[in-house]
Amino acid sequence: MAEMRTAYGQALVELGGENEDIVVLDADLSASTKTSMFREAFPHRHFNAGIAESNMMGMAAGLAASGKIPFASTFAMFGTARPYEVIRNLICHPNLNVKIACTHAGVTVGEDGATHQAIEDIAIMRALPNMRIYVPADAAQTTALVKKAAQEKGPTYIRMVRSACKDVYEEGEPALTKAADVLKEGAHISLFACGIMVEKALSAADALKEKGIEAEVINVAQIKPLDEEVLIASAKKTGAVICCEEHSVIGGLSSAVAELLAQKHPVKMAFVGIDDRFGQSGKPDELLKEYQLTEIAIESKAQSLLNK
Amino acid sequence: MENLTSIAKTVRQDIVRMIASAGSGHPGGSLSGVEIAVALYFDIMNIDPKDVTKPDRDKFVLSKGHAAPLLYAVLGNRGYFDKAEFNNLRKFGAMLQGHPDMELVPGVEISTGSLGQGISAAVGMALAQKLDKSPARTFVLVGDGELEEGIVWEALMSAAHHKLDNFIVFVDYNGLQIDGRTEDVMNVGNIGAKFAAFDFDVIEVEDGNDLASVLAAARKACENKDGPTAVVCKTIKGKGVSFMEDKAGWHGKAPKEAETAQALAELEGR
Ligand SMILES: Cc1ncc(C[n+]2csc(CCOP(=O)(O)OP(=O)(O)O)c2C)c(N)n1
Ligand SMILES: [Mg+2]
Repeated sequence: MAEMRTAYGQALVELGGENEDIVVLDADLSASTKTSMFREAFPHRHFNAGIAESNMMGMAAGLAASGKIPFASTFAMFGTARPYEVIRNLICHPNLNVKIACTHAGVTVGEDGATHQAIEDIAIMRALPNMRIYVPADAAQTTALVKKAAQEKGPTYIRMVRSACKDVYEEGEPALTKAADVLKEGAHISLFACGIMVEKALSAADALKEKGIEAEVINVAQIKPLDEEVLIASAKKTGAVICCEEHSVIGGLSSAVAELLAQKHPVKMAFVGIDDRFGQSGKPDELLKEYQLTEIAIESKAQSLLNK
Repeated sequence: MENLTSIAKTVRQDIVRMIASAGSGHPGGSLSGVEIAVALYFDIMNIDPKDVTKPDRDKFVLSKGHAAPLLYAVLGNRGYFDKAEFNNLRKFGAMLQGHPDMELVPGVEISTGSLGQGISAAVGMALAQKLDKSPARTFVLVGDGELEEGIVWEALMSAAHHKLDNFIVFVDYNGLQIDGRTEDVMNVGNIGAKFAAFDFDVIEVEDGNDLASVLAAARKACENKDGPTAVVCKTIKGKGVSFMEDKAGWHGKAPKEAETAQALAELEGR
């Protein structure tokens, strides 16, 4: 178990030591997003925008246009939805090198409730041309993808959760930066998952195996652009796909995969995601159950998709 | 007045108790605004807890929605709902969500939680009161850190533009936000002068945790017939609980058992 956001903070410190152009912005949440770690190491390269997310994104655009590599962080809600039009017109349209790295995505935010639970952030970020999207599955993958993003040019959205999550990978594995990583092979059904749902898809695959169903599990850490080849190959092999995400079923991983397969290789599909509802207060586990973001939900959707 | 003082004490204890039982929440900013909310709900506002949609009622908007326990404590003590609900704060299925939800809680006029939005909606409410030729007013409570949001100043501009003399903003000027002192994180500067530059009448309250001062300022604000008024209240974040007072670390953290006991004892005056 480890926190994605702590991995993020550590990665920023490493990157900052290697490259003077790395700068970090936050919006009064630096203790939560862990950009405070970068501030301690490089105080003059950390800018707290205060509670002003739109201006933070505008400043990030200006820094990027001046050759800096800004990482702008806050909660996913306030770093995507609030400054959306700034991100569109000032960052994505001019294809500026801004990394939007947000924590506290999804319903696992918990007690703060609906206003703080971003469950449509992938959808709105995905609708923007030039935007790349990473949804790490654990802390080790967060480290790898943050470093990868720093090397690449152009806008990127990195989505992290609040709670510590189970480890899917070990530190330093080459597979960590794969756009789509086949974690488990199987012939009967494909489980395409991202974020905290990857680990649940793996458990569901184990449970399905006992029922005679061989599930293939793919971690789709890069939601945009998708690794079309890997995903289509899996769909061709199994003929049935379930997408699993801690996000609305509208516009996220499910939609991205459906858009791809509808055009290139239509197969039976089902979605494990939030069904066009807002979040609410509660413990992360209670909410995962309420919104059916569990290994049991994956298992039962797999069985009904295969009529078993 | 004596009555209001004892209500303020009860409200503070309810805030501490409900956050402790929830195991999370925002005590600092809830405690700093107690006198403002108590003065409005128990003296100034024309409201009826038994008729929550009464026409021509005054409205209150908690723009700093994270101080939900303050609003809940005041509404519960004013009789809007059963105080037993306090025990369910932030729990799954509860009426009292982490941030105020107008569809769930009687007396909550608008859902808030994303900073800067409540004050904007409050301008709309004050405009509607004018359209309806209502004598009612709209009161808003904003945080000083919240003032950093651009939408706040857009709202102020429009309130002044429409000469909304029924629009009264209380600033909970406690000098702290999450990452530290407001002047260090993002300096909002001279708050009173900024409101004045936005064509607000400004009333500065030296001690915003003193009920008599807050009441006097609120009454004066209600007499203003020229346009909107800002009441800038210097407050202490975490007021009333010694170890929480003026500490950024108590912005969003629940007290543990021993801390809760100490806080309640201090508030009781023991
Ligand atoms: C748009 C938005 N950005 C960030 C947050 C997270 N947040 C909650 S409270 C807070 C600090 C508020 O400071 P202030 O307004 O001074 O409130 P107070 O000191 O009265 O608690 C922040 C940044 C939020 N709720 N909404
Ligand atoms: Mg404050």
